Amino acid sequence: MIKVENLTKRYAGQPAIRDLNFEVGKGEIMGFLGPNGAGKTTTMRILAGFMPATSGRALIAGFDIFEQSLQARTRLGYMPEHVPLYNDMRVTEYLDYRAALKGVPHRRIAERVGDVKELCGLRDVEKKIIGALSKGYRQRVGLADALLHEPDLLILDEPTIGLDPNQIRQVRELIKNLGRQHTILLSTHILPEVEMTCSRVIIIHKGRIEACDTPENLLSQLRQVGGVMLEAKVGKDNGADELRKISAVRDVTTDVDGEWNVFSLRVESGADVREEVFRLAAARRWTVRELTQRRATLEDVFVEITHADEMERSSI
Amino acid sequence: MRKFYTLLAREVQSYFYSPIAYIVLVFFLIVSGVDFYFQISFMNQRPVPYSVQEAFFNSVFFWFAFVLIFPLITMRLFAEEFKLGTIEPLMTAPVRDWQVVLSKFFGALVFYIILWVPTALYFGIFQYVTGRPAAGSSGAYWGSYLMLLLLGMFYLSVGCLASVLTKNQIIAAIISFCAITLLFFLGLVQFILLDVSSATRDLLGYFSALEHMGTFSRGVIDTRPIVLYLSMTVVMLTLTYQAFQSRKWRL
Repeated sequence: MIKVENLTKRYAGQPAIRDLNFEVGKGEIMGFLGPNGAGKTTTMRILAGFMPATSGRALIAGFDIFEQSLQARTRLGYMPEHVPLYNDMRVTEYLDYRAALKGVPHRRIAERVGDVKELCGLRDVEKKIIGALSKGYRQRVGLADALLHEPDLLILDEPTIGLDPNQIRQVRELIKNLGRQHTILLSTHILPEVEMTCSRVIIIHKGRIEACDTPENLLSQLRQVGGVMLEAKVGKDNGADELRKISAVRDVTTDVDGEWNVFSLRVESGADVREEVFRLAAARRWTVRELTQRRATLEDVFVEITHADEMERSSI
Repeated sequence: MRKFYTLLAREVQSYFYSPIAYIVLVFFLIVSGVDFYFQISFMNQRPVPYSVQEAFFNSVFFWFAFVLIFPLITMRLFAEEFKLGTIEPLMTAPVRDWQVVLSKFFGALVFYIILWVPTALYFGIFQYVTGRPAAGSSGAYWGSYLMLLLLGMFYLSVGCLASVLTKNQIIAAIISFCAITLLFFLGLVQFILLDVSSATRDLLGYFSALEHMGTFSRGVIDTRPIVLYLSMTVVMLTLTYQAFQSRKWRL
C-alpha cells in the first residue's frame, strides 16, 4: 500500500529525514514511533502529499505521491497533527463540504457523512460549531473526515494526543476496528498504544529508521529482557554481593528506602531468577516485602534505541 | 469543476461566518449612502453639467471607500488558512492548486459584487422619487458597473497575492493596502508632475483609475482599460498561483 524509497527531506540544508525505506502492506496497522523531532510528521506530510521530498519517492497504492498526486490523494485519508479545522463551520456542514471536496458522489454524501458520524460518535455534536467542540471531539471530526471517502489507506498523525484516558481507549478501539478494512499508518509517542494496536512498528530517530519489525520481535531482540526487583531488609549482609552470586544475574544496583533495601537485578535474557532469589533470602533470613519480575516493554526498546547514541557520546 | 464549485461555495459562505463581512457591508453602505445623499443635495443648490450617477461614481467618498474595502475582503483568503493550519487538510484532499487559488479569487469577487448590489437600488429610488433618470443613458450604468467589476478584479487579485505571501492577516492587509493605494496614486501623478513631457503624462494616464471611471461612467466603453485590467488580473493571479505553489518548497 505504501512503498517508500530513499526518502530524504531537508529543511534549509538540515536533513529532517534521511534515506527512509519501508513498505506497508495491505491491511497492516503500522506504528510510527519516535521522539519529538525525529521526523514523524515530516514523513507523514510527504506521504499525504502535503509537501514534496527533497529526494527519493513514495508510492501510495502504486501512485507516486508527487507525480500522480491527485490519484494518490484520492486513495488516502489523512488526519494532520493537532487536527486543523474550520472553526466557524458546523460539524455536519464541514463533513458535507469535505465529502464533496473528496469527490464522494453527490447522492452518496448524506449516507457517507451519516456513517462516519455514527462510527466516530459525532451524533451528539453534529449541529455544533466546530470552534465550540472539545479537543476529543475535534479529534473525532478529524478522523471522520479522513474516513469520508472510504480510502484504502489512513495516515493518522498522533491520533490520541491531547485526549483523556477514556477517549484514548475509544480512539484506540476505533483504530483497531478500522484496521480490519483499511491499511493504517499512525504515529504516536505513546508506547502502550503501539503495543496494543499495531501489527508492525517503525522506530525512527533523528530522521533514520532504527528498527522495523513486529512489536513481539522487537521485544525479543532487546538485549536485557527485563530484570527482577527485590525489596528486603538484609540486616548486616551485603545484599548486592550475595545476589551477584546467582549465576544468571549480571548486575545489581541498590537503593535505600528507610531501613529497606531496593535491589534491581539485571539478568541474562530469558532467565527467571526469582526462585533462586527467594531461596537466597530464605537462607539468609532476609525479610522480603516485594519480589517482582519486570517485563520488558516497547518502552525499553524505544529507550534503548533512542538513547543508545547519547549514552555512547556521554561515555566518551 | 464540481470541486471548484464546492470550494467557491465555501469561500463565499465563509465571508458570512465572520463579522468582517458585516462590518464591511455596513461601512460600505454608510459611505455610499452618504455619497449619494451628498451628491443630490449638492445638485439641489446649483445646476451641474453631469448626472447623479456620474457624480456618485467619481466622488471623493466613493474612492475613499473603494480603496479601503479590498484589504478587508482579501486579507484572510490564504493567510487564515496558513495560520490555522487548515491548508493541510485542504491540500491533502484531491484538489488542484489552481482550483484553490481561483476559488479564493472568485469567492472574493462574489462578495465584492454583493457589496455593490444595494447601490443599484439608489438609482431606482431616485428615478421613482424624482421621475427622472439618474443617468444620462442606460449605457452609463453599464459602463460604471463594468468599470467597477474590472477594477475590482484587479485590486482583488492584488489582495490575493498579498494574502498568499504571509500567514499574518494584518500584514496581508497592509501589503495590499499599500499596493492598491500606490497603484491608485500612480494615476494622480500626472496632475502633480506638471513639468514632465506630455508623453509621460499620457503614459501615467493609462493607469489612472480615476480617468477610467470618468470615461466609463459617462457610458463610453474604451477597450484599452478593459484589456489593461483583465491582463493585470491574470498576471496577479498567476503570481499568486506561483507563490502558492512555492509554499511547498519553502516548508
